[in-house]
Amino acid sequence: MKKITYFILYLFIISTPAYAVVEVDITRGNLDPLPIAVSPLYIEPGSKDIKDGDKIIKNIGEKISEVIEVNFKRSGLFNPLKKDSFVQNPDIVHIKPRFEDWRLIKAQALVTGKVSVSDDKIRVEFRLWDVVASKEMIALAFSTTPENWRRVAHIISDKVYQRLTGESGYFDTRIIYVSETGEKTQRFKKLAIMDQDGANVKYLTLGNELVLTPRFSPKNQLVTYLSYFRNLPRVYLLDIETGIQEVVGDFAGMTFAPRFSPDGKKIIMSFAKDGNSDIYTMNIDTREVEKITDHTSIDTSPSYSPDGKYICFNSDRSGLQQIYVMKNDGSNVKRITFGKGLYGTPVWSPRGDLIAFTKVHKGKFYIGVMRADGSGERLLTENYYQEAPSWSPNGRVLIFYRETKSDEDGKGFSAKLWSIDLTGYNERLIETVTDASDPSWSSLLSK
Amino acid sequence: MVFNNNLNKIFIVLLASFALSACATSGKKGAMQSDVYSGSETVEFLATGVKDRVFFATNKSTLTTAARDTLRKQAAWMRKKSKVTVAVEGHADERGTREYNLALGERRANAVKDYLMTYGISSNRISVISYGKERPVNSGSTPLAWSQNRRSVTVKAN
Repeated sequence: MKKITYFILYLFIISTPAYAVVEVDITRGNLDPLPIAVSPLYIEPGSKDIKDGDKIIKNIGEKISEVIEVNFKRSGLFNPLKKDSFVQNPDIVHIKPRFEDWRLIKAQALVTGKVSVSDDKIRVEFRLWDVVASKEMIALAFSTTPENWRRVAHIISDKVYQRLTGESGYFDTRIIYVSETGEKTQRFKKLAIMDQDGANVKYLTLGNELVLTPRFSPKNQLVTYLSYFRNLPRVYLLDIETGIQEVVGDFAGMTFAPRFSPDGKKIIMSFAKDGNSDIYTMNIDTREVEKITDHTSIDTSPSYSPDGKYICFNSDRSGLQQIYVMKNDGSNVKRITFGKGLYGTPVWSPRGDLIAFTKVHKGKFYIGVMRADGSGERLLTENYYQEAPSWSPNGRVLIFYRETKSDEDGKGFSAKLWSIDLTGYNERLIETVTDASDPSWSSLLSK
Repeated sequence: MVFNNNLNKIFIVLLASFALSACATSGKKGAMQSDVYSGSETVEFLATGVKDRVFFATNKSTLTTAARDTLRKQAAWMRKKSKVTVAVEGHADERGTREYNLALGERRANAVKDYLMTYGISSNRISVISYGKERPVNSGSTPLAWSQNRRSVTVKAN
């Protein structure tokens, strides 16, 4: 991943929120999205065109503003206004907006910017303006290599999101998932990676062997996943920058359900032996393996709390699938789900207060959240089949996959990625070229 | 004589096709006992009279009477063919979470392996592999399809 350097031009921090007229309340869902105008960025004279694969992008200023608008719209918190109602030119507005004109089209916030492109560098400067209070809120500049122009748009989106909601954003991130093609009885599955908005899809495996459940390291460009290479289902570790991969540990049997510890130093996973699955960890540097659970039941789907002190996991030790929490050494095991139905795939929120899960009840599948002690269960979405939620790095959005029912001949089957806000609002399909499953959200690429 | 022989063959073929169509009809109606598949629609044979698979109840890995009967025949066949090794594939239906299903498939395959071992088959002749919900044999989304997919299949490995 190429580094993006950015520096602060001028930064007005309005220290007391009382002065900030424009604010987005993210606790209420998306009932009243904030009207925001994203002006096309002004292209400085002498700028080169950007090559994007075979295509040549001439109107980079407009393209960047469009990527930002899509991010804003999909967040459900903003309502990007139509550009045909804009009255000020991109170059002038970036220097001094006529706020009364923008108030006229009901904009409450305004994003402006300018861009210059040389052979090996793109430099983007942007400003966020509070239209209601007639003042500048942020001014920042970034420079990077030209092919990284979409990331610039995502970073701008994150800065605006952070300034207006008070929380960090999630736009400069990627999703790793499993791309699916072929008949339901013989699916071809490949590891795929894309930007959070669906752009820049790349395939990481060829589809020769079954691959499942990829997960990002929270710290770097490592991915862990399950591969059936040579018909031996094992957990693998893959560096997506170098393409180097290796088996995790030396286990005489299936290892599966891998996930990283929050510091990225360990992989936690299940190892199945003689019909019994227990949870193990392996330190990536020292290769030291530790057995965490020791029970005759199935123990799987482990996920660490963000401070690394606790682990939530799935077990059927009570007879059926339920969610349990224990200390990171395997002690103090406590069952936390007692509601009707089965519970699986617990994932600890990056904020630490919530656990997301899949619930199966009366033939329906739910994605839900509850507090880490199991109280306050809230079901966000119900469907025929959906599972495996993964958190956005700011803990506001969950991504998961959903499968449709097929008829007697197996027709009508599909697997797609969806996202939903923690509030239960703003459910959205994430479009992928092929069918898709097992999504995992990366950390913010630039912090 | 020649003529007679041919007639016999035709008769046998006719009988066989009757039996097949009978299976097919009972399968469509849903050959299930509680929720364990009891038909023979997807079943293949390792040898004459030796079925390759057994079926399970939802979320369970216990062997039914019919399953144990099938496995005793598999064990007898393996004792006769002392050089044969097998892979036991454990499968789950699509109505569970992926990771739990991987574990469940492994548990089902091991239930089969353990039973074969009690009938004298050495553990080094039996490998197990779980496919979870990844390789359904029936792609439908019906209770019958799911019951056919909750299975463990013994496959010749050499």
